[in-house]
Amino acid sequence: MKLNLKIWRQKDANTKGQIKEYPIDGIDGDMSFLEMMDVLNEDLIAKGEEPVEFDHDCREGICGSCSLQINGEPHGPDRMVTTCQLHMRKFKDNDTIVIEPFRAKAFPVIKDLIVDRTAFDRIQQAGGYISVNTSGHTVDANAIPINKEDADDSFYAAACIGCGACVAACKNASAMLFTSAKVSQYALLPQGRIEAVERVQNMVRQMDLEGFGNCTNTGACEVECPKGISLENIARMNREYLSAKVKG
Amino acid sequence: MSGLTKSSIARKVVMALSGLFLVLFLGQHFTINITSVIAPDTFNEWSHFMGYNPLVQYLLQPILIAGVVVHFVMGFVLEIQNNKARVIKYVKYNGGANAPWVSRNMIISGAVILAFLALHFYDFWVHEMTYKYIESNPEDPTRYYAETVEKFEPVWRTVLYVISFVLLALHLLHGFASSFQSMGVNNKYTPGIKKFARIYAIAIPLGFAIIAIYHHFNPITH
Repeated sequence: MKLNLKIWRQKDANTKGQIKEYPIDGIDGDMSFLEMMDVLNEDLIAKGEEPVEFDHDCREGICGSCSLQINGEPHGPDRMVTTCQLHMRKFKDNDTIVIEPFRAKAFPVIKDLIVDRTAFDRIQQAGGYISVNTSGHTVDANAIPINKEDADDSFYAAACIGCGACVAACKNASAMLFTSAKVSQYALLPQGRIEAVERVQNMVRQMDLEGFGNCTNTGACEVECPKGISLENIARMNREYLSAKVKG
Repeated sequence: MSGLTKSSIARKVVMALSGLFLVLFLGQHFTINITSVIAPDTFNEWSHFMGYNPLVQYLLQPILIAGVVVHFVMGFVLEIQNNKARVIKYVKYNGGANAPWVSRNMIISGAVILAFLALHFYDFWVHEMTYKYIESNPEDPTRYYAETVEKFEPVWRTVLYVISFVLLALHLLHGFASSFQSMGVNNKYTPGIKKFARIYAIAIPLGFAIIAIYHHFNPITH
């Protein structure tokens, strides 16, 4: 497969970037998108050029490291997959593929296609946890009976890998799907209810401080999320937030 | 206003509540307007009531104007903030792949509706204020039907109204159901709410358009 890649190149955070074209040949349909990027980088290194920097780690869709805006969509045209699980068979011979970093003021570019997603870490640190006594008298989590539907919904919310595709897809660069998944996974469990009032307010405050945009319910985040995180989580976060404000 | 814009969720809820209030108002407005087609005497009667009832004039009318102002001011505030949240735009952005046009362009449909409101206020509200408070004309419970029909004589006004109603339908197609999500309602009733909102979003603006077109083609012969 022969492709024409248009890739965002940017030396560092303080340098202006630009799109550069890279024709590439010999790409197999069974390769993953990141393997295709590896082939490109090997070519560039062989030619003595700077390879394209991009984030990756597990390459099996669970770590949330890989990103990339591919032809205008986070993680590319396939659904429910991360970039590392995207196969080149989704593209045709002689296709032009535009590859850009996830764009948001809160996700500044570090180099080429790598963006700083530590804003998500700070949202998580603002309340995405439960305080558990680990002194040796810890109550077994399984000792507390939990409604099956709540346990399932909590698990689905916890499936969020924090990749940032929701922010990248949203026309407003809103982080509500991510934040709501992190709020929901605790809000649905009795262990999470103890700090629920403070949690939602602190996490939303941090989300706003980071400079993410406002959610306008377009639903783009849900469509592009590689883990299928539902918009129901955003509604739940809104309820949690309003109820927390009423309770003070 | 500053207190309402402190949190992104508070901003959503303000948009949702003011929007839902305006949706309710549209239903009431349509109910009165449709009588101008089916029962002109009733239209005169109801319009006179709305124009001279102190509760409507001095309480409900200011609340309605406040609702409109809050909704569009907040809409512009959100748009500015959202533009700032992505300073460098994508070279290629395939928004149509994951969200419908109506949900991504509320600012366009909203701006057209706002421009329409300026014309609509000029046509009817300014006229009413002038008639009642500047010219101090006596009460005439029979004038409303003729005044309304006369307004739709020019083709340009009828066309502008119909175009605005199309944009209103597009705005409501996203906005109505979306306001429930903003207030945290996403449950087993959501599919029903979405269906009702979609029917309402098309039926009410279509009804308004039919009224405008009907009066254009059925002028009062002098």
